[in-house]
Amino acid sequence: MLLIPCPWCGPRDEREFRYGGQAHIAYPADPSALGDEAWADYLFMRDNPAGRHAERWFHGSGCRAWCDVERDTVDYTVTGSCTTGAHPAGGPDTGPCTSPYCVRRAVPSTGGTR
Amino acid sequence: MPALPAAEPPAPPPHGRLWRSPEPRPAYDVLVVGSGGHGLATAYYLAAEHGIADVAVLERGWLAGGNMARNTAIIRSNYLWDASAGIYEHALTLWEGLEDALGRDLHFSQRGVLNLAHSTHDVRESVRRVNANRLNGIDAEWLGPDEVAKLVPILDTGAHTRHPVLGATYQPRAGIADHDLVAWGFAAEADRLGVDLVQGCEVTGFLRSGGKVRGVRTTRGDIAAGAVALCAAGRTSVLTETLGMRLPLQSHPLQALVTPLLEPVLDTVVMSNAVHVYVSQAPKGELVLGAGIDGYNGYGQRGSPRTVEDQIAAAVELYPVFAHAEALRTWAGTVDVAPDASPVIGPTPFEGLYINCGWGTGGYKATPGVGHVLADTVANGRPHPLAEPFGLERFTTGALVDEHGAAAVAH
Ligand SMILES: Cc1cc2nc3c(=O)[nH]c(=O)nc-3n(C[C@H](O)[C@H](O)[C@H](O)COP(=O)(O)OP(=O)(O)OC[C@H]3O[C@@H](n4cnc5c(N)ncnc54)[C@H](O)[C@@H]3O)c2cc1C
Ligand SMILES: [Zn+2]
Ligand SMILES: [Zn+2]
Repeated sequence: MLLIPCPWCGPRDEREFRYGGQAHIAYPADPSALGDEAWADYLFMRDNPAGRHAERWFHGSGCRAWCDVERDTVDYTVTGSCTTGAHPAGGPDTGPCTSPYCVRRAVPSTGGTR
Repeated sequence: MPALPAAEPPAPPPHGRLWRSPEPRPAYDVLVVGSGGHGLATAYYLAAEHGIADVAVLERGWLAGGNMARNTAIIRSNYLWDASAGIYEHALTLWEGLEDALGRDLHFSQRGVLNLAHSTHDVRESVRRVNANRLNGIDAEWLGPDEVAKLVPILDTGAHTRHPVLGATYQPRAGIADHDLVAWGFAAEADRLGVDLVQGCEVTGFLRSGGKVRGVRTTRGDIAAGAVALCAAGRTSVLTETLGMRLPLQSHPLQALVTPLLEPVLDTVVMSNAVHVYVSQAPKGELVLGAGIDGYNGYGQRGSPRTVEDQIAAAVELYPVFAHAEALRTWAGTVDVAPDASPVIGPTPFEGLYINCGWGTGGYKATPGVGHVLADTVANGRPHPLAEPFGLERFTTGALVDEHGAAAVAH
């Protein structure tokens, strides 16, 4: 069972959440300019690593907000969670990440598997 | 690729063994990655039907220890779209002759499969699927609640249940077969025809020259090949990642459980997509119950207890007698799910590399069909007609084969 630290509510049971797949997929800036390949990539192609994965979870039975979680897909350890989009992949931070479980901070996470 | 004259038949396996376990040679005509049902069947048909026996099947673990050993063994072909009907019914036809072809008992039992409808929406979708199946020559029937109750007396078909049974689709030719016996049957026959089955040999990358794949890197050294066929199921993305090739796959845990041996109470297979539970009773007497996937990506071959809890809760609602049963053992596999719940089969942008993946929660039933079609694809260097609709390019053209209705949980 996963114990997922919600940035707003704290560590909560996986049952309270819904999984939302890979994080940081931006809506195309100019959709009408996108070719078929680029649409396929945006709609269907996803990272599927055996290892660290940046992913979205929706805290449906809590604050009803999304968060960005970092989790290992092999041993299922949750490293931390951040406010949505605070650390876009490959880009600079968009603003302060207020999450106490921020993956960029060197604090031990209370998240994990149990 | 051209069929080569058959090599000298190999020395038979040691006494008491079903196959030899040779050291891998430095080069083969064809390498198959993964010794699940799909890889073993592909190797078998390459040798048996195309005279290509210079083949090795490379397996990182032990033979058929992946999803092949973990599935709930349900076989059926009542999928919605023509493309799916084509390949799944091809497989079912091959299943019907497989015990003869492999010369052994596979406990293949055409005991029928019911898919329950619990809502008016389910009913409409189900009746539509029955009609589509019939147009494709597949034995499909719509059963009302009374007929369902006759076939499955332990099912609570009362009007005031949590999941009312409004009817079911029924495919009488569907059923189950023992997955281990199937794997060992293909393995033994492939071995006899000269195929090398190499266990404990993980493929870690590819040998390339430009856009061509020339072989694989493994934990037991490099192996060259004229063609490489990936049958790595849940771990396919890990392999294609080394080529920078992106696939529309997500690997999820999928769980199942068995009870201890019980008196016979169920002589058919019953599935319910809406509440994510499906059940059959194995010949020895254990109830085999499958769940839906765990929502998150996971390669750990384990899932969350909540999924099993939900599955058991639904099962006990539908079959009150199951309240007396105990869960003896639960387990999970890693299944590779595609966005349209249909497989991806065929050539890739890399010459010499073929993929077969995306079978998700329901590829066991396709085992002989996939092997047959993929062997033909590799042998002739072009997609078999039944594989054509399942090419990778459908995600660019938009010609998806959306089987969520037929496949949702489904197995
Ligand atoms: C719990 C459960 C229930 C299921 N129930 C059903 C059902 O009732 N009916 C149905 O039709 N389907 C069912 N399925 C799905 C079905 O099992 C799969 O779709 C099917 O087994 C996939 O094909 P396969 O047998 O070749 O896969 P696998 O048996 O998973 O074979 C893949 C093999 O590749 C090997 N491999 C992976 N990476 C590498 C590498 N890098 N190098 C070497 N080897 C590698 C793996 O070790 C594995 O042995 C179920 C699956 C699960 C987990
Ligand atoms: Zn919350
Ligand atoms: Zn953060």
